[in-house]
Amino acid sequence: MEKTVITVVGKDTVGIIARVCTYLAENSINILDIAQTIVQGYFNMMMIVDTGKMTKGFGEMAEELHALGGEIGVDIKCQREEIFDKMHRI
Amino acid sequence: MINIFEVVETNEMITRENLDVRTITMGISLLDCIDSDLEILKKKIYTKIYDAARDLVKTGEEIAGEFGIPIVNKRISVTPIGLIGGAACKTIEDFASIAETLDEVAKAVGVNFIGGYSALISKGMTSADELLIRSIPLALSKTERVCSSVNLGSTRTGINMDGVKLMGEIVRQTAEYTKEQDSLGCAKLVVFCNAPDDNPFMAGAFHGVTEADKVINVGVSGPGVVKNAVSKVRGENFEVLCETIKKTAFKVTRVGQLVAQEASRRLGVPFGIVDLSLAPTPAIGDSVADILCEMGLEYAGAPGTTAALALLNDQVKKGGVMASSYVGGLSGAFIPVSEDQGMIDAVEAGALSLEKLEAMTCVCSVGLDMIAIPGETKASTISGIIADEMAIGMVNQKTTAVRIIPVIGKGVGETVEFGGLLGYAPIMPVNAFSCEEFVSRGGRIPAPIHSFKN
Repeated sequence: MEKTVITVVGKDTVGIIARVCTYLAENSINILDIAQTIVQGYFNMMMIVDTGKMTKGFGEMAEELHALGGEIGVDIKCQREEIFDKMHRI
Repeated sequence: MINIFEVVETNEMITRENLDVRTITMGISLLDCIDSDLEILKKKIYTKIYDAARDLVKTGEEIAGEFGIPIVNKRISVTPIGLIGGAACKTIEDFASIAETLDEVAKAVGVNFIGGYSALISKGMTSADELLIRSIPLALSKTERVCSSVNLGSTRTGINMDGVKLMGEIVRQTAEYTKEQDSLGCAKLVVFCNAPDDNPFMAGAFHGVTEADKVINVGVSGPGVVKNAVSKVRGENFEVLCETIKKTAFKVTRVGQLVAQEASRRLGVPFGIVDLSLAPTPAIGDSVADILCEMGLEYAGAPGTTAALALLNDQVKKGGVMASSYVGGLSGAFIPVSEDQGMIDAVEAGALSLEKLEAMTCVCSVGLDMIAIPGETKASTISGIIADEMAIGMVNQKTTAVRIIPVIGKGVGETVEFGGLLGYAPIMPVNAFSCEEFVSRGGRIPAPIHSFKN
């Protein structure tokens, strides 16, 4: 399993989750966890996904999701889970 | 599993508080390049560095992209050239031509600095070491990315005062050779006491002779993250303050450890150390001085500054040590002037003097760093400043350094602009009383009594 954390930050609007999930499904990326909150007035969503079965490279996925975020008007970022795991777990 | 608040905290550190990995530095041994023919030597050096480091920048960028953490610099350190060029170099021009080779290969692989145009003369110098040192002004004026360092003393050997005297002259000469660029050459030249073999930071990085053929060392940073954490415990006692810094340093260092391991794995080069450092940049919010102010000082330099810096340095180490499997380099808080907006503000407000900075170097990770002084400062005065700093390092069994820039043609009240990460600095006054006779005595200062531990 290759865990990636996808974060979506921006102004709340209709269909953010739908658009992101459609992209993930089309690319064989499985969602393991999903959570959202409002931080300083901004919509914050986090998804932990498994990119183990994805055929694209990490960089390509990150770029495409970033571009998708541009279309919706939010910032979408992909990071490997290890950076959070290392920082917050001993 | 990781929760959203942890994800948000990490990303806030990166996007708002300037958390980054300051440098991935690949150390490369050049010992197997030694040759008595200068042209063959230079060819071997170029080939060895190019082959070892050609994927360094690309790999650094891939890691930065995948983990979402900026990796600001990709750099190279090599075996001190004083050891490598001895058999081939007969003149200072010969040595300087090796610097040009280093500059060429640095540009070819895309790193922004290459360190190791260095000599280790803590007890005495060979004729090759002396030739290399005398070539430094020429080498730094002819190259862009080469950094130079000289180790002048250690707790075990004492201080090489002949070297201290010579380096005062070399610093001045380097300033003269690069006066068209506000004496920029001196920003790439540092002298040390107790220089570490595995430091990833410039200008002092070199690949020590005790190191493996190749190694990956990583320097972390994050003054903004620490400042933000400290701002949340205003008015609390020192126990709370120290615990807060320690926990924050742990988190920052874990990122460095992760990046170091990834870089090591992907490049197939052993992981050396993580340097646990708070390295400021001129960017707003990326300042060590601001942390000191957040602790309760009006400006860096106010009474209490040395104590505040001492606790900061210690907590950074305590938090960082557990976060990394191998710790080394300089590890601690850097206090450069031109690279830290809070320090610049303190100097401009009249709160921070050269003497107070010297006191601060007793408890920070390195020493007098990126300090602009009047261009008319005498070589012997610079040697005196170096000798003081070396003595602090020798007696306190710590690394100390001097990177000082006599800006030719400028005086107190003027400022100098180095650009980029090197920042800008107001020119600071220097005590003008003479130390000429003292530094001219020659010889060396013996090692202190507490160095005899056998």
